[in-house]
Amino acid sequence: MPKVPPEKCTKMALNGDEAVAYAVKQSLVDVVAAYPITPQTIIVERFSEFVANGEVHTEFIPVESEHSALSAIVGAAAAGARAFTATASQGLALMWEILYIASSLRLPMVLAVVNRALSAPINIHCDHSDAMGMRDAGWIQLFVENSQEAYDTTIQAFKISEHPDVLLPVTINLDGFVLSHTLEDILILPDEVVHEFLGGYRKVAKTYVDYLRKEVEIKLDPANPLSFGPLDLYDYYFEHKVPQIEAMRKAKEIIRKVNDEWYELTGRRYGDGLIDPYAVEDADVVITVIGSTAGTVRHVVKKLRNKGLKVGMVRIRSFRPFPFDEIRSILRGVKVVGVMDRAISYGSYGPSYLEISTALYNLSERPILINYVYGLGGRDIPPDMVEKVFMELLDIAKKGETAETFKLLGVRG
Amino acid sequence: MSAKINPYRLWIFEPGKKYNIPLDLNIKKVALERTPLMLPGHRMCAGCSVPIFVKLLGLALRGPTIIVNATGCLEVATTIFPYTSWAVPWIHVAFENAGAVASGVEAALKAMKKSGRLGYDNVDVVVLAGDGGTYDIGFQSLSGMAERGHNVLYILYDNEAYMNTGIQRSGGTPQFAWTTTSPIGKVLPGKIQPKKPIADIMVAHRIPYVATATPAHWADAIRKFRKGIETEGPTFIHVLTPCTRGWRFAESKSIEICKRAVDTCYFPLWEYIIGKGYFLTDRSLQIARNPKLKQPIEKFIELQGRFRHLLRPENRELLKQLQEYVDAVWEDLVNRAVNAPK
Amino acid sequence: MCEAKEPRRWFELPISALPYKLSLEYKTGGWRAFRPVIDQNKCVKCMLCWIYCPEHAILWDGKIITVNYDYCKGCGICANECPVKAINMIPEGGGTNA
Repeated sequence: MPKVPPEKCTKMALNGDEAVAYAVKQSLVDVVAAYPITPQTIIVERFSEFVANGEVHTEFIPVESEHSALSAIVGAAAAGARAFTATASQGLALMWEILYIASSLRLPMVLAVVNRALSAPINIHCDHSDAMGMRDAGWIQLFVENSQEAYDTTIQAFKISEHPDVLLPVTINLDGFVLSHTLEDILILPDEVVHEFLGGYRKVAKTYVDYLRKEVEIKLDPANPLSFGPLDLYDYYFEHKVPQIEAMRKAKEIIRKVNDEWYELTGRRYGDGLIDPYAVEDADVVITVIGSTAGTVRHVVKKLRNKGLKVGMVRIRSFRPFPFDEIRSILRGVKVVGVMDRAISYGSYGPSYLEISTALYNLSERPILINYVYGLGGRDIPPDMVEKVFMELLDIAKKGETAETFKLLGVRG
Repeated sequence: MSAKINPYRLWIFEPGKKYNIPLDLNIKKVALERTPLMLPGHRMCAGCSVPIFVKLLGLALRGPTIIVNATGCLEVATTIFPYTSWAVPWIHVAFENAGAVASGVEAALKAMKKSGRLGYDNVDVVVLAGDGGTYDIGFQSLSGMAERGHNVLYILYDNEAYMNTGIQRSGGTPQFAWTTTSPIGKVLPGKIQPKKPIADIMVAHRIPYVATATPAHWADAIRKFRKGIETEGPTFIHVLTPCTRGWRFAESKSIEICKRAVDTCYFPLWEYIIGKGYFLTDRSLQIARNPKLKQPIEKFIELQGRFRHLLRPENRELLKQLQEYVDAVWEDLVNRAVNAPK
Repeated sequence: MCEAKEPRRWFELPISALPYKLSLEYKTGGWRAFRPVIDQNKCVKCMLCWIYCPEHAILWDGKIITVNYDYCKGCGICANECPVKAINMIPEGGGTNA
């Protein structure tokens, strides 16, 4: 029995953006700096209303660009504040330089990315190319399936980010328009529950600095002067990167733990926090997928299982840190895996295909892998298209081999 | 060292106490009581004028202060890991976002104070950015910060080129100056475009206080820094900081060059107070009152290798153009200044 | 952590790449080609050299001006600005002042 069951929550009809804005409202965030870009705009607009009505203590900075948005919250986080921003597509691309800096300075913060295709041509609809462009930047990347998860994960993101073993910035990714602009019934927790889950305001982690001769909070503090963002030569840069690698490794455990804590609190959980499998145990073929398309895939799995076909799916929730061990264990007995990607790395494959190949590489017996790139620029992915994929996979399972490892789904021609 | 007290200490402000360090120009007194904002052992070039203005800034601060530093000479030479020269909390993020980072820091301090988590009545936020990070790549975030009205003092230290990357031209490079990307060649005489009037642009933003200063005119500079700190809202101070490497002059001449810059009216000293107007200060006010004190532009350029070509007879026309430009800008300023004789 | 052997291993460094030493440990006095020498008889204690030294290597103890040769880079600004020419720049390690 969860501590705060649905009866104790308030049900509100919100779209994905509003759900994120509400989560930020309840998370005792000190600074929000944001620049509007479709389809993130509603997050910023809704939050501005909370500020204008005095419902939050947050300082809202209507910055003049996304680059400045992320720069401002890096400054805020360095000053010891809990900080948040949101963007999409070109805005995220503009933040690119600062993303690496935020992670390297080990500053906790949360960025909501409302996934949208990158120009050119300019396109406001959903795909994952924006998020995938930042996969090397050292941010934790979580992808949600629906708006309830967007609300839940935004709150969890602050806790994961600020954990002393992690201290990495976190993005929560929600599909543009599909989730951001679609109404869902969201269960909103009482304010105090969220406050308690996060432990109140941000607590700043500590580190030992020799010239101060003590452990001090990692923040800009006139009582303990620290210098953030020094120059490294070739004698130190490498050593400064290893802690980021370590923190990503530890983050897997924390993401799992926070998922468990959330389950105890609300009765909701998302797989083990890293991957969310469905009907995989005895599946012959499996589709892996990221984001809202998982809902469509699950619907098709149920339909085909009713027909007696042994199909399953795995939704990848945590793209960074990538759950190599979990993917390896869950896919090892499967015959064929269709890896769905809503982005492509030109000159290579879709992003999750590359990760999953790596996860399975050392197995003596591995599933056949096929990459399906779909939905670029908001191209719809209806259930019958997914069903076709499953039938193809089952066919390949029968044959035991495949000619092609890369397919485009839903393109004319 | 003969001092009994260590002259080089960190600035430690205990939370819960009120701080308001008085403005004191009695140097003999402050030299005994105070400790520098930037500790020695930094690796700015010998003779660099930037550490001098930082010292003057240190004498103007009134309490807990956070410094936001854009990428550039100052940032790089003072924080070569594992060393830091900064006696106060300091942050460097990137080249073009000092204005934005300072906005975030200022907002964070406000939010934490609002929720009872700031141990101080007041923490000042000061940006230190070069001409690269201000005129050009940093202009957007400076303009945004000014438009939003953040309570931040933004100090531009202007060595008139991208010095840290090796003397390339910037929007702050004066006309006809040699730089590596505006070299003197057979066809072109150095930088074609005149210097962007950055301080006037900040006045046009209608922020409460804008001023110009040089490290040579130290009392004037200290007073202006203090005013910039004490004025609520965004304030901007443009400091001329000659660069011995990039302007090509002997290291010992840095302060002298500043004096000549003001004496020739190349870099006039003034302040702008919103609602009141422009005021000439210090030497520039003296010159306005007694125009005979104004020196010809040769007095400024003769010590600098970057302008040496202007002293050649075949470039007489260019020198004349430069003099006319300086005169036009000076006359315009004198006409605008509230305290200039009419 | 304190007392770790230099150069430190990655886990011995502070988090967030924070510098852990003050530049006071880095003696820039080694940069000098010329050193300023103050003639105390000529010095009028105007404090201009104290103000203008970029290294904060000119010190005042309430009685006299001294140079901190640990940090002085020998730029000569003090000598150039001294109104009574009380400071001379002498070449390090001998040699003429030509």
